[in-house]
Amino acid sequence: MRAMNKDELMLRIQALEFTAVDLNLYLDTHPCDARALADYNQVAAALAQTIAAYEQMYGPLTNFGRSQSCGRWAWVEQPWPWETQG
Amino acid sequence: MWVYEKKLEYPVKVSGPNPKLAKAVITQYGGPDGELGASLRYLTQRYSMPTSQAKGVLTDIGTEELAHMEIVAAIVYNLLKNAPLEQIKAAGMEGYYADHDRSLFFVNGDGVPWVAAYIQSKGDPIADLHEDMAAEEKARSTYEHLINLSDDPDVTDVLRFLREREVVHFQRFGETLNIVQEHLSSRKIW
Repeated sequence: MRAMNKDELMLRIQALEFTAVDLNLYLDTHPCDARALADYNQVAAALAQTIAAYEQMYGPLTNFGRSQSCGRWAWVEQPWPWETQG
Repeated sequence: MWVYEKKLEYPVKVSGPNPKLAKAVITQYGGPDGELGASLRYLTQRYSMPTSQAKGVLTDIGTEELAHMEIVAAIVYNLLKNAPLEQIKAAGMEGYYADHDRSLFFVNGDGVPWVAAYIQSKGDPIADLHEDMAAEEKARSTYEHLINLSDDPDVTDVLRFLREREVVHFQRFGETLNIVQEHLSSRKIW
């Protein structure tokens, strides 16, 4: 698989995390659904992997100790989520 | 504890400056059925819910609503960002501009500021969950009105996503109501 660029990686993270959010809400009211639970765990693993790949290239997506900032404080360098257009 | 994620739940794009549309969409930021009210309603009702499952649903949906508040803010911010004053005046946003320039503030489409009286917390889980279901339907209806008004296909796409989430939240609150009702009736001492 060819490497994804920044926008493609972010879109992948958004898709995976949305799936996780929706499964999370479903599991809140259907905690015994084994298939949904398996799906949730699978998506969570893929999400963690994709976030790690993104953060390594483009800086942290979360703060307060959830991800490391190597070499410099990159948290305040990247544009903020609402600054999507020039 | 909450941790911020430097991303939007759903990508936001706008076709160009459009204060007229911003004036309508801002009601989902600070209007009576908007995302500020939704998030604060659920995140304050959760403390007195009787079951762990209901506390989880209110925490998780309340948290997702914060992400929706950010999506609505991103729409309004980008619709106003490079809007010339002439467009702002033509949209009837002079009053908003006088107080806030092109920044974000919690008002409805007519500039009425958000008030805590939009929401309730009764300490009665049956009453609260019925309010939550009604709130989701009112927000769904508002998004449909905004979709009718929108002349920007990029904004309409995001409004459709937000509308769909209201439908899912309504479903989850309905299931929560059933679970809580069952819990309360099984605990009754005659």
